[in-house]
Amino acid sequence: MTRRTPLNEAHRKLGARMVDFVGWDMPVQYTSVIAEHEAVRTAVGLFDVSHMGEIEFAGPGALETVNRLISNDLARCQDGQAVYAGLLNDLGGFVDDVVAYRFSPERILICVNSSNREKDFAWMKARAEGVTPVDRGDEFAQIAVQGPKAVALVQRLTKADLSKVGTYRFTEGEVAGVKSIISRTGYTGEDGFELYCATDDAVKLWDALLEAGQPDGVKPCGLGARDSLRTEMKYALYGNDIDDAHTALEAGLGWIVKLDKAGGFIGKDALVAQKAAGVQRKLVGFELTGAGIPRHGYPILKDGARVGEVTSGTQGPSVKKPIGMGYVPAGLATEGSTFDVEIRGRAVPAVVVKTPFLKKS
Amino acid sequence: MSDSIPQNLKYTKEHEWARVEGKTVTVGVTHHAQESLGDVVYVELPKLGATITEGKQFGVIESTKAVSDLYAPLSGKVVKVNDALTGNPSIINTDPYGAGWIVEVEPSDTEQLGKLLDAAAYGELLK
Repeated sequence: MTRRTPLNEAHRKLGARMVDFVGWDMPVQYTSVIAEHEAVRTAVGLFDVSHMGEIEFAGPGALETVNRLISNDLARCQDGQAVYAGLLNDLGGFVDDVVAYRFSPERILICVNSSNREKDFAWMKARAEGVTPVDRGDEFAQIAVQGPKAVALVQRLTKADLSKVGTYRFTEGEVAGVKSIISRTGYTGEDGFELYCATDDAVKLWDALLEAGQPDGVKPCGLGARDSLRTEMKYALYGNDIDDAHTALEAGLGWIVKLDKAGGFIGKDALVAQKAAGVQRKLVGFELTGAGIPRHGYPILKDGARVGEVTSGTQGPSVKKPIGMGYVPAGLATEGSTFDVEIRGRAVPAVVVKTPFLKKS
Repeated sequence: MSDSIPQNLKYTKEHEWARVEGKTVTVGVTHHAQESLGDVVYVELPKLGATITEGKQFGVIESTKAVSDLYAPLSGKVVKVNDALTGNPSIINTDPYGAGWIVEVEPSDTEQLGKLLDAAAYGELLK
């Protein structure tokens, strides 16, 4: 069965091209992926991300319960702060990558990938010691407002003082009269907010943002632009760049792994061992120096032998180059290392570059 | 942009068009093709002098999201390729029947042209 977000009708009215995305009927583009990408880099774009899941832990001991499940450390956060984290398996690979919101030590909300909602909930339920998780996914809609003009746009619609809401901080308040969690997070590399509201309020909030954003040149943006924007930042996409078979250290996400945190977490032992033994393969960002576009699944070759695989790739609309990510042996992971990407039988040269691909001026 | 189907062209079911001009045939993709592809970001062109075969792949066209094969409307030798597509593939989006042409072919068998769809038949296909 195809699932629909509360904004499905709104997308259709805007002329979106809809596609199936892991069982959800979602807009891939409204007019043009490149135009929507550019709107986010230069002005502001709106994304319906209501397909994402939300899982809540509420009650005494919620923080300790969640902290055992995630790789990052909520104990180091303040109330009103969020962290990017992994839910890791016993081998240190990803069950999912999530954002955990600390409302208080007794209330934590975790935003999970749409493709992993059911899996994550079952996984958390089976492993949570203390507080029992509750799946709130169907109660929340989520709209991402991203771009250099995003903060001002949201500020015009709320009495909350957004200058006090720093990166990876959040507050609660009304936006356009809609009760929202206002979170200064995103998946584009631009400033902005992700707004969580009740499912029934989503259309009201979406329409208000579109209307108030007209003078800014706001554009509704689909999954196509979301993917090219995140790729230019080398943000991982679950199922492409991270999965259960690659560890957080291999993915270059050591910074969301707090090996020294009190109480430990699932997957820690494997990562401690891997760190001691040395990481043998790494997720790198590369540019093609020959002609073509790297795509998910293309082989990575060194001297003709297959040494890895492209996990994500695109023609970067802002960086204006063919860019990609992939796992390669550690010896090929340093900046300036060269290898080939096999594209339709041709070996196309590539070079490992510093990431994010997009350099902010 | 007009989505009308030019009357003077021949079409394939795979959304390529062919235009006979003297002894050669110019080939491109239709408005419908570029619209369904979305922003074209890369075109892999055949080499000058290459032989292409009716119904077989002769190149690749990539949009931001998808990779699609280009199928030859007829067999022949490639006598011109549109090099402008290398630097600016988006002209396929903006002018699919004009500046966005892809190759010019010297047909080896002009009778193959008779097998292609006319504008009316192609229009039916899109319905």
